[in-house]
Amino acid sequence: MIIRTVHYVNQFFGRIGGEEKAGIPPLVLDGPVGVGVQIEEEFKGRIRIVKTIVCGDNHAAENIESVSSFVLDEIRSADAGFFIAGPSFGAGRYGTACALFCREASKSLRIPVITAMHPVSPGVDLAKRDLYIVETADSARDMKNALSKIVALGTKILDGSPIGLPAEEGYIPRGIRINVREKERGSKRAVGMLLAKIKGEPFTTELPMPFFDHVPPAPAIENLKTAVIAIGTEGGIVPKGNPDRIEAHNASKWRSYRLSGIDRLAGGEYEVAHGGYDPVAANEDPNRVLPLDAARACQKESEFASLYDSYPVTVGNVTAVRSAEKYGREIGEMLKKDGVDGIVLTST
Amino acid sequence: MRRVPIRDVQFAERSEVRGGTLFVSERELRESVLEDRFIKDVAVKIARPGESKRIVPIKDILEPRAKLDPEQDVFPGVVSEVNYAPGTGTTLVLDGVCVMTSGSLVNFQEGLVDMTGPGAVFSIFSKKNNIVLVIEPAENITRHDHERAVRLAGVRIARYLGALARAVPEYEEIAYPVGDPVELASTFPKLPRIVYVCQTIAQGLLHDNYYYGVNAQGCLPLLMHPTEFMDGAVVSGNCAAPCHKHTTYHLQNNPIVEDLFEEHGKTLNFMGVIAMPVRTAFAEKERICRQAFKLARMLCAEGAIISEDGGGNPEADLMFTTRLFEKNGIKTVLVTDEYAGSDGASPGLADITPEADAVVTNGNGNQRVVLPPMDETIGRLETVERITGGHAGGLNSDGSVDMEIAGIMGSTNELGIENLRTIAI
Repeated sequence: MIIRTVHYVNQFFGRIGGEEKAGIPPLVLDGPVGVGVQIEEEFKGRIRIVKTIVCGDNHAAENIESVSSFVLDEIRSADAGFFIAGPSFGAGRYGTACALFCREASKSLRIPVITAMHPVSPGVDLAKRDLYIVETADSARDMKNALSKIVALGTKILDGSPIGLPAEEGYIPRGIRINVREKERGSKRAVGMLLAKIKGEPFTTELPMPFFDHVPPAPAIENLKTAVIAIGTEGGIVPKGNPDRIEAHNASKWRSYRLSGIDRLAGGEYEVAHGGYDPVAANEDPNRVLPLDAARACQKESEFASLYDSYPVTVGNVTAVRSAEKYGREIGEMLKKDGVDGIVLTST
Repeated sequence: MRRVPIRDVQFAERSEVRGGTLFVSERELRESVLEDRFIKDVAVKIARPGESKRIVPIKDILEPRAKLDPEQDVFPGVVSEVNYAPGTGTTLVLDGVCVMTSGSLVNFQEGLVDMTGPGAVFSIFSKKNNIVLVIEPAENITRHDHERAVRLAGVRIARYLGALARAVPEYEEIAYPVGDPVELASTFPKLPRIVYVCQTIAQGLLHDNYYYGVNAQGCLPLLMHPTEFMDGAVVSGNCAAPCHKHTTYHLQNNPIVEDLFEEHGKTLNFMGVIAMPVRTAFAEKERICRQAFKLARMLCAEGAIISEDGGGNPEADLMFTTRLFEKNGIKTVLVTDEYAGSDGASPGLADITPEADAVVTNGNGNQRVVLPPMDETIGRLETVERITGGHAGGLNSDGSVDMEIAGIMGSTNELGIENLRTIAI
């Protein structure tokens, strides 16, 4: 079966013009255009490009959401089963558009997609986890190589064949780590790696140091006396019985529990759901991890205006960073919406 | 070391080893376990490779061992006298048998072993003949007392069964050298001097380890002959997540020690082991890391393997030690595992340093698996929803379990005893 395909290109590859045409809104042409003709040819009858969407780079960058829904509508109306964007090589605006439209088409329409760009293109970080991005050089001089890799990998994606490693298939590493079996056990590999390192021979670390995001601290509270303050914790202090079953490890959720009318957390009414520390002291006196008693004392002395009437809690025990980021954002939004000025977060 | 191969375990009136089979007397084992007034009752179960059995929750796993010389003892300072010379002499091993401690949950850090099916692929313990002690603690005891009673019961039974090896004439013998630093340096003057630094968590209930019976919470790094591990110098306090806790078995059979010995005198000079507690506060971490570094310098180390225990805060110690070593010319390799999320897309470590450029990973503990139902559960099946790696709703009505491999004992062992690793795609 020939797969109906939609292809996205910028004004330059769509043969409308150069930078002076970068402001043109999206237009739809029937059939393949320019590089699309080559792509269709190299797929050797497997796909047919039924529509080419051309959009100016500036227009796409400035109207990314509306152009995105335009692209999705066109794919839908073309009844397409495959979406190709680019290749965009080192072009930043173009790469961003290709990556985002592919990601949205894959997520919303659940159709196979492929794009290609240079590893430093800003599009890469937007979509590498969600799709295969073929690695290219930074200019169109690499077109021949880019197209043959798009076709080879694209065919595997369409066939649902197993996809090999980035270096084998020519895609940009997606930043996803999967478990595999080695011939030798870990200890043996460690001894081998150490001997190579000492001799100055080449070796490859199995775990390159990950990259951490930097979170800038919020500006200081100017007047604490008028501030609404919250307390919260990743230490897993939950009502007795852990009613929402927050996991002891790699928590799948955070929760918020009521504090209004409570002066201190009574041992026996709260418990530790966290699997990463000795829970005995905090089960005995939960205020040791979530300091409600101290917060109430400060409140009585009017050190701040009021204490927020509930507390956010999760379990921060080998919890995936992506989950933690999500919970942090959601908790922050809740506090902001409720007019909280600051929070004391206790960690374990 | 004399390894007595054991191919099967059977119940019998009297405990003995005969024709490659370990016969165990339930009565004898019960008597030994019930010596402890903190234990109310115990059931002894056997789980063999290939049987449709699921064991959960497991606290610790130990290998039965003994010393040939009656003047010496295994697990020195734990249940035996302290007038020992561990790491020397002849150690006897019942090879192919494990003692597992189970029974009601002390806390979340307890794990699962399946004896067949997809879960069995993840654990060396699925290939062992396991004697499981399902222990019911005395009523109204604290969790710390419960943990201690179970830990010591495991040690007593491993020692008791190990002693049966004394009467067995069939064994394989392996000799491990025990040398002092001057002797080692002069015997192999041209080979790089290597130390092995073994982290052991020392942070409280189900986060502890014991050096010669002393809780490592009160210890500075300890310099040891590598062979001391083999005699049970370090006993697990059943520490951390099941997938990467060093059980006592892992410490007795420390694969980094074995694989360094394999190269000793050929490509490297194995100078010694530094067991290193991991505490929680920064001041304690710095104190301990600097002491470990000092010991490595005193051995004139040129290279080091540093293995992690647990995950999260121990990575601060791991990275700090690496910086100290590398900046002072000691080449390091780290052995760890990861928590990269079930989708594999999160950074898998809690701390990093650019000097850590040589790392061996033993897999992502967050990988999800579905374990099919087994004919028999030893222990308590419902705990799979509460242990580390499990989640509410993870136990299906047919007895199958949806969980992370974090809950499978030793699946991402950070001493590298398995062959799992991650790759980036």
